[in-house]
Amino acid sequence: MEILVCVKRVPDSSENEIEVKGDGTDIERDDLVYSVNEWDNYAVEEAIQIRDKVGGTVTVASVGDEETEEVIRREMAMGADNGIHLMDDAFEGSDGKGLATTLKALVEQGSYDLILTGAQADDGAGQVGGMLAAMLDYPFASLVNLIEVVDDKKIKVGREIAGGNQEMNEIDLPCVLSIQTGINEPRYVGIRGIRKVASVEIPVKGVSDLGIDAGVVGAAGAKVKRLDYFVPELGEGAEMLEGSTEEIIEKLIELLKAKGGIK
Amino acid sequence: MAEIFAYILHKDGKADDTAYELINAAAKIDPEAPVTAVVAGSGSELDSACSEAAKIYPAVWKIDNEALAYVNAEAVRPMLVNIIPKGAVLLLPHEHFGMDLAPGLSIKLDAAYLPDVVDFEGVEGSTLNAIREEFSGMVSTHVAADLSGGVVVTVRPGAFAPDEDAAASGEVVDKSGDAGAAPALMRRYLETLVAEVGEVDITKSEILLSIGRGIEDEENLEIVFDLAKVMGADVSCSRPIVDAKWLEKSRQVGTSGQTVKPKVYIACGISGSFQHLGGIKGSPFIVAVNKNPKAPIFQAADVGVAADILEFLPELQEAIEELKG
Ligand SMILES: Cc1cc2nc3c(=O)[nH]c(=O)nc-3n(C[C@H](O)[C@H](O)[C@H](O)COP(=O)(O)OP(=O)(O)OC[C@H]3O[C@@H](n4cnc5c(N)ncnc54)[C@H](O)[C@@H]3O)c2cc1C
Ligand SMILES: Nc1ncnc2c1ncn2[C@@H]1O[C@H](COP(=O)(O)O)[C@@H](O)[C@H]1O
Repeated sequence: MEILVCVKRVPDSSENEIEVKGDGTDIERDDLVYSVNEWDNYAVEEAIQIRDKVGGTVTVASVGDEETEEVIRREMAMGADNGIHLMDDAFEGSDGKGLATTLKALVEQGSYDLILTGAQADDGAGQVGGMLAAMLDYPFASLVNLIEVVDDKKIKVGREIAGGNQEMNEIDLPCVLSIQTGINEPRYVGIRGIRKVASVEIPVKGVSDLGIDAGVVGAAGAKVKRLDYFVPELGEGAEMLEGSTEEIIEKLIELLKAKGGIK
Repeated sequence: MAEIFAYILHKDGKADDTAYELINAAAKIDPEAPVTAVVAGSGSELDSACSEAAKIYPAVWKIDNEALAYVNAEAVRPMLVNIIPKGAVLLLPHEHFGMDLAPGLSIKLDAAYLPDVVDFEGVEGSTLNAIREEFSGMVSTHVAADLSGGVVVTVRPGAFAPDEDAAASGEVVDKSGDAGAAPALMRRYLETLVAEVGEVDITKSEILLSIGRGIEDEENLEIVFDLAKVMGADVSCSRPIVDAKWLEKSRQVGTSGQTVKPKVYIACGISGSFQHLGGIKGSPFIVAVNKNPKAPIFQAADVGVAADILEFLPELQEAIEELKG
């Protein structure tokens, strides 16, 4: 099975406080720790496990700036066979459709049976996978938390729906799936793994390599634009308990007793 | 002004809560715009969902097709493409079905796509202005979508108040013919596997001590179970704890986990994503303990403590033990 996994480099929001720059044009990026989008890491792990079971290759692709290379390399250290870095000034300011257009051009240069994306990335959109599938006229399933290869024409997938229930579907290949966290346990990548792939060549492709008209991607092609970042006027929010730990605990126990929070 | 359409989710003949929210979302885009509900399904369950939708919306379009007895996004998408007029605004809920259907639909309609919108700021010329959140609610953004070719929008469940009056008397128009035949499906529904009930049923708990990624390590779970014991609470959790297989799925609170209705909910090391908060109903008294004083959970909580849970929870336990003697 030839598998393509789309990955994105994002600020790790469980490690960082995300703050808005004074003028609202961006978030403060200087001290942020970046990593691969959490959902994408599960997608890469799943692809590797499928390959190890039925054979084939795993290719990891990402649209992003110079620094994106480190994320592609990390996922190759996990066990992906190939990496492709999609980088061009023309991609700057792409909306979801622009990203999907770029990835579609890449897909058409290869022959992939299965294309995986994460369920969502840092901006919480969850759009690239479904758009890519529609552009390719491939079937799509979102929020996939189980994959079983049936044969080389079709697979069985579980989708996560409400209440922890799982919707089972059969889907024809080639297809696009967006992967939900928890589908597997992504392997740990140590320094040694990273070192092994340190000198592997990762080809870079831009608009001309992909045969894309620069006007349909990037800010030029975007139908949706982010105008600014801001911190909303907050409501009252919680009453924050202040004082020494002892004082806070005393107050909290009182409140809990009053509300029935201690039996 | 563009026409607005709202896609209605329904189950067992009843419209979803979001059906009552999308009408108010539409009013926030443009109070003057005509709004039509689109309800797809089959048979008598569809008919009763349509009658309910007609109480909320001034017009209802029905798509009746046997192939939609279990609604499959891959089957509905081409049907919607056949009936949604060029340039329209189509609203869907941002949950598992909307996420399945909407992104591809925007491509097929050649419309802009606005995912997971929490508020609208109206229409300006041919631009629809909206508000979204990024980084699990840590920052918000203003976004502008080009309305000229239409826009598909998924609206966050719970972001708009429901229409309490629902006093419309809409006409139900059968659009099944225009929607066309069901396409040959490249993705076929097989069955739904219902979640297993675990050792505790958190949907029945009165006091929930809930932990999130802030617990940092599986070994630290002990701290939480010890405290829960002295409080008489049950332990629940956010999704990453289940993903890591530290606790069973039946303890997960949220839209893809359980819906809980405790009297008291104590969120420890949980950031407060909308998918997590979506599982807490019945307005419990919420206490949040988080080391980041700016964590979004403090917006949802009644009382907050800015502290490291690994230090705070054991101290709280000691104090309760002393009290109980
Ligand atoms: C379709 C879909 C469905 C989903 N369904 C659910 C669902 O049902 N339930 C659910 O919970 N999530 C769900 N999620 C995931 C959700 O988006 C969030 O990723 C998740 O809720 C985050 O969990 P968290 O708050 O524990 O972790 P994080 O967001 O990483 O937050 C951890 C928090 O702990 C704090 N912290 C860290 N260390 C400490 C410490 N030592 N002491 C105190 N505080 C500390 C941090 O400041 C941070 O606020 C879903 C996502 C998708 C896409
Ligand atoms: N810049 C990118 N390069 C490659 N894949 C991406 C990029 N942005 C998003 N994706 C893919 O699309 C998924 C969903 O992201 P989004 O639609 O932005 O929420 C991610 O998990 C990735 O798999």
